[in-house]
Amino acid sequence: MRVLIGLFTSSLADVQMEAAHCLHELSHSSDPAVAEACLPATSYLLTYLSGHSIEFTELCLYTLGNLVVESEAVRKQLLPQGIISALASCIQSPHEAVLEGLGYVLSQLLQAKEASIEIIPLVLDSALPQHMLQLVCSNLELGMGVAVEFAWCLHYVVCSCVNNALLISQGIMSTLVLLLLELASMVSKAVADGLELLICPVLRCLSNLLAEEMEGCNMQVQDERLLVALFTFMQYFLNHHLFIVQECLWLLNNLTADEPFFCSAMLTLDLIPALLQLLPCSRMVALLVLTVLCNIAEKGCAYCQQLHQKAVLSSLISILTLSDAEVAGQCLELLHLLFLHWPEAAADFFTQAGLQALEQHQHHPELQERVRALMNLATQPTAASPCSLVSSAAVPSSLP
Amino acid sequence: LLPVPARAPPQAPFRFSPRRLRCPREHELLEDGDIHRHLYLQDILVSVTQVTEKPKVSEFSCHIAGCCQVFDTLEGYEHHYNTLHRNVCSFCKRSFPSGHLLDIHILEWHDSLFQIMAEKQSMYQCLVQGCVEKFKSSKDRKDHLVTVHLYPSDFRFDRPKKAKSSTKHSKSPLLQNASMPVDIKTFEQPQVDSMEISPVENMENASQPLSSLISLPPEKHLNRSRIPSTICFGQGAARGFKSMRKKI
Repeated sequence: MRVLIGLFTSSLADVQMEAAHCLHELSHSSDPAVAEACLPATSYLLTYLSGHSIEFTELCLYTLGNLVVESEAVRKQLLPQGIISALASCIQSPHEAVLEGLGYVLSQLLQAKEASIEIIPLVLDSALPQHMLQLVCSNLELGMGVAVEFAWCLHYVVCSCVNNALLISQGIMSTLVLLLLELASMVSKAVADGLELLICPVLRCLSNLLAEEMEGCNMQVQDERLLVALFTFMQYFLNHHLFIVQECLWLLNNLTADEPFFCSAMLTLDLIPALLQLLPCSRMVALLVLTVLCNIAEKGCAYCQQLHQKAVLSSLISILTLSDAEVAGQCLELLHLLFLHWPEAAADFFTQAGLQALEQHQHHPELQERVRALMNLATQPTAASPCSLVSSAAVPSSLP
Repeated sequence: LLPVPARAPPQAPFRFSPRRLRCPREHELLEDGDIHRHLYLQDILVSVTQVTEKPKVSEFSCHIAGCCQVFDTLEGYEHHYNTLHRNVCSFCKRSFPSGHLLDIHILEWHDSLFQIMAEKQSMYQCLVQGCVEKFKSSKDRKDHLVTVHLYPSDFRFDRPKKAKSSTKHSKSPLLQNASMPVDIKTFEQPQVDSMEISPVENMENASQPLSSLISLPPEKHLNRSRIPSTICFGQGAARGFKSMRKKI
């Protein structure tokens, strides 16, 4: 190693470059002892980050990134050696290759098991977050590599919940919403490959940020176009990257859980049929779709009336017949909400042979209580819905 | 917006209540996306490892006066330029890996005001960007670098100014100096005594005649170097003589 480091710090540029390649090779080893053997090189790797040779800097960055992954000892040394400051300087480079490498190192650092205690606070204290927010929107048409790395970095920071209030004060919510809108327009033009690698972490950030339930966050996302974007993504990635559908639905849950804004928008934009079409995709997707529908139904009778009009019941009856206990359970919750707020739906359900669909689950320990509660409605007369007493002017009767 | 009645708790046996979901790193919902990200990274890492053939151009030489290195790729030239010529001290021609280290060097080696002020206050700044500590001497700074920042004690870019350390390097450069890292490059760069990287500077500290260094058989030099040692070292040689005369 001493020989190699001597060559690495040589003034003969091509020798130095070859030595850098050697170190980079070593950094690929999955043996942590090899990463630790590279410890004497780290101060030089960091020093060279402020150099100007693109390829050399890139190599140093990927070497550091690899070493960081393999060894806690390396991370324990790099932090006092000033890696965060070095990265905060290097991030001002105009070169894409350097920025992508830097994003890679940072993404590996942020995933360390000790990250939320040792690393993320330092990162949040530096100029890095503002740069990350800029870079996550950058260069989308020409090559998304840089944006992808920093989107994943933001995801690791956000999901650690160390200081999301800071990121929110720096405008992360509106930045990411606008980014999703732009990505949706790229998707509809089929412009870029690999968009899912960027969409995924952005969805996660927004979902986790919403889950923090901070003051003023809701207002920053209230844009109907966001819903259209989500459905654009789900339709586009349905056949190849189902995980995008899952993660879009997670965001949709967080958007519809509390605020009625998006529940209304789902109805006025006529997105319920598209949502129902996702039910057969997978168990996880079905659960999430049903949860979103429950969010909407829970908002009250005006919502349930419209869901009923959208032929939700026939989808529910099919899914009830096919499903495992957890999905069936969520179905039952939805049926309960629909019947509670809009009893006409109950009558309709039983005329569509809903009773038979219920019966097959009546002995399941997890489900039987709820099944019986619903089955009892088959024998009761339809009560007047509190909703029908509300003047029809309050309920939009025609949809675009 | 459709009217929403006040939220009521769920009616037993039903239990649903809308709830925003938070997914920490290990949540099962994130698994598939994480796998996809991992596969993407494997691809990237493979492509960085592959050394792509850079397009070759017809040979050209470095434009800096006195440097006669030749190149056949632009990247090769770029890296050479950045390593040797970019952050060069205009006083002593030593080159540095970054503007930051160059600035510190100029301050500490060539600024007489610095020397005056250093007698009264802590002027030697920590080399790590982001650390604001300053010290009374370069030794104190080095101790700080080693103990606080875990830097190697033989960090190549933190040699004290040669006046203090000249006695250390009176041995022949071809013998292994215990305080120096053992490296192949001692053949053509006998000593690195100061805070920079340059094939030139080591001449200044050699106490043996220059000729013994130039007489090294050429194959000891790394093959890739096409600098005829007499020419590129020539600039240094002249100054080497000068500084040897200046040595106390």
